[in-house]
Amino acid sequence: MTIQRRQFIAAIGAGAVASTAGCSQSAGGSGGGDESGSDAGTGAGVAGETLTLTTTTSTYDTGLLDEIHGDFEAMYGVSVDAVAQGTGAALESARNGDADVVMVHARGLEDEFMRNGYGINRRDLMFNDFVIIGPEGDPAGIQGMGSATDALTAIADAEATFVSRGDNSGTHTKELNLWEAAGTDPGGEWYQETGTGMGEALNIANQQGAYTLSDRGTYISQRSEIDLTILVQGPIESGPEILANPYGIMAVNPGVHDNANYDLAMAYIGWITSPSVQDAISEYQVNGEQLFFPEAVSEDPDFQQYVPEGWSSESTDE
Amino acid sequence: MTFDLIVQFGLALFELPFREGYVSSIIYVSLYVSLAAVALSTLFSIPVALVVGLTDFPGKQFVKSVINTGMGFPSVVVGLIVLFAVSNQGPLGSLELIFTKQAMIMSQFVLATPPITAISLAAVTGVDESVRDAARALGGTRFDVALVVVKEARYGIATAVLAGFGRAISEVGSVLIVGGNITGADGISKTRTLTTAIQLEARQGQYETAMVLGAVLVALVLTVNAVVVRFGDRGVQR
Repeated sequence: MTIQRRQFIAAIGAGAVASTAGCSQSAGGSGGGDESGSDAGTGAGVAGETLTLTTTTSTYDTGLLDEIHGDFEAMYGVSVDAVAQGTGAALESARNGDADVVMVHARGLEDEFMRNGYGINRRDLMFNDFVIIGPEGDPAGIQGMGSATDALTAIADAEATFVSRGDNSGTHTKELNLWEAAGTDPGGEWYQETGTGMGEALNIANQQGAYTLSDRGTYISQRSEIDLTILVQGPIESGPEILANPYGIMAVNPGVHDNANYDLAMAYIGWITSPSVQDAISEYQVNGEQLFFPEAVSEDPDFQQYVPEGWSSESTDE
Repeated sequence: MTFDLIVQFGLALFELPFREGYVSSIIYVSLYVSLAAVALSTLFSIPVALVVGLTDFPGKQFVKSVINTGMGFPSVVVGLIVLFAVSNQGPLGSLELIFTKQAMIMSQFVLATPPITAISLAAVTGVDESVRDAARALGGTRFDVALVVVKEARYGIATAVLAGFGRAISEVGSVLIVGGNITGADGISKTRTLTTAIQLEARQGQYETAMVLGAVLVALVLTVNAVVVRFGDRGVQR
């Protein structure tokens, strides 16, 4: 019996060794990263820290962030944890104090976030546009329409299948605003809320030959996989202005969440709105096409980018 | 190193658009999180199974039904609960565990514990009374008796551990919520597991790469199962 007990304990010991082997491997790996990082950023005083960025699926899934973040990580000797969540969830994580900086695309939600005191130092970052895409057959006949709201009305009248994100993301928010502007309350068999990211929604629309609203970036990055085409263009291709898709970036207010890494968040905002990184954003291409258009560098800054839209010092005095 | 080579070779066959080290790092995160969670669950579950299985106390049936209910607990709900616990506003907020492997281990611990406890409990209960009596008659302490029972029930317990491992490594909902599916800009996974990587590929419409990662996951589960079964067979030959 003692022998068996010894074997039993030996087995547990072997398991423990195996699991610690895993630990030391990871420690060695990240330790190596820290070393090279501190070499690069000895002067920064933030070396080795981690910046948590919650963002939308569109910035992450297009590969943009992976492409540009290496530069920031090397410059400051830090690591960026990019969490792709969709605008609503990204703001909610930040509201709970689980993020340091947020990059989203729904101005209305961003304004609410700032007014409630959670976000500060907002900057316009970049833009692209939304496009209405659908099957080439175009059962609702919206091809080339100059008005996005007319196109949605036509889809609703034809009761052609429309796939909605249904996930409180920036794209979903835009879509709901468009339905409201069109004076239509979508519902019924033809209107499908998927509750998924943009890429999945595109796939679902593709499989059903349905219409959907997509940001141009995600559509371009997936175009080779799907059969849907752009039927109503956004403002980049001289479509209606209502389909503009501006991205903003904000630091989490350290006055509300004192654990927020505010220094590093501001370093990140400064870095990503700098001319060289803005150039890198405009140079980022997928399938030979530019996905995002930088907006942060301007000779004539738009002061409304720093505050909730429509805010002015006079109006708050009342 | 051989592991890396095998992964590289496998990827070269499919010419997948993955950066060097990406796939091996998500395999590593998957194994690290699941094995750590299952190890902790096992250390917790076996004593609980022994106590519940070998002793009588009021409310024993209730404890059993709680354990059995736990087996069906939806992983996204567990993810949400752990998220509330480790979020900055939650009770463990000051530990800054959100979006870390530790948080993922916590949620998988919660997920893996009920099946491991329930199946171990069934195995322990199934051990013949005479074995226990014999151990006691030979002058064994309570600990010795427990060890004998564990030894007799080892197949059942191995099955329990495998069931827990299977639940942990194949689970996507909770690790996505509490881990955040994070990969560094260098393409090395921090909290991305095979399951969340598959989910990401599917979200992007990259079904082929998602399938390949799925095959890697299945191969991994098969390997772990084979190793455990082999381990058990050796025990028989002794």
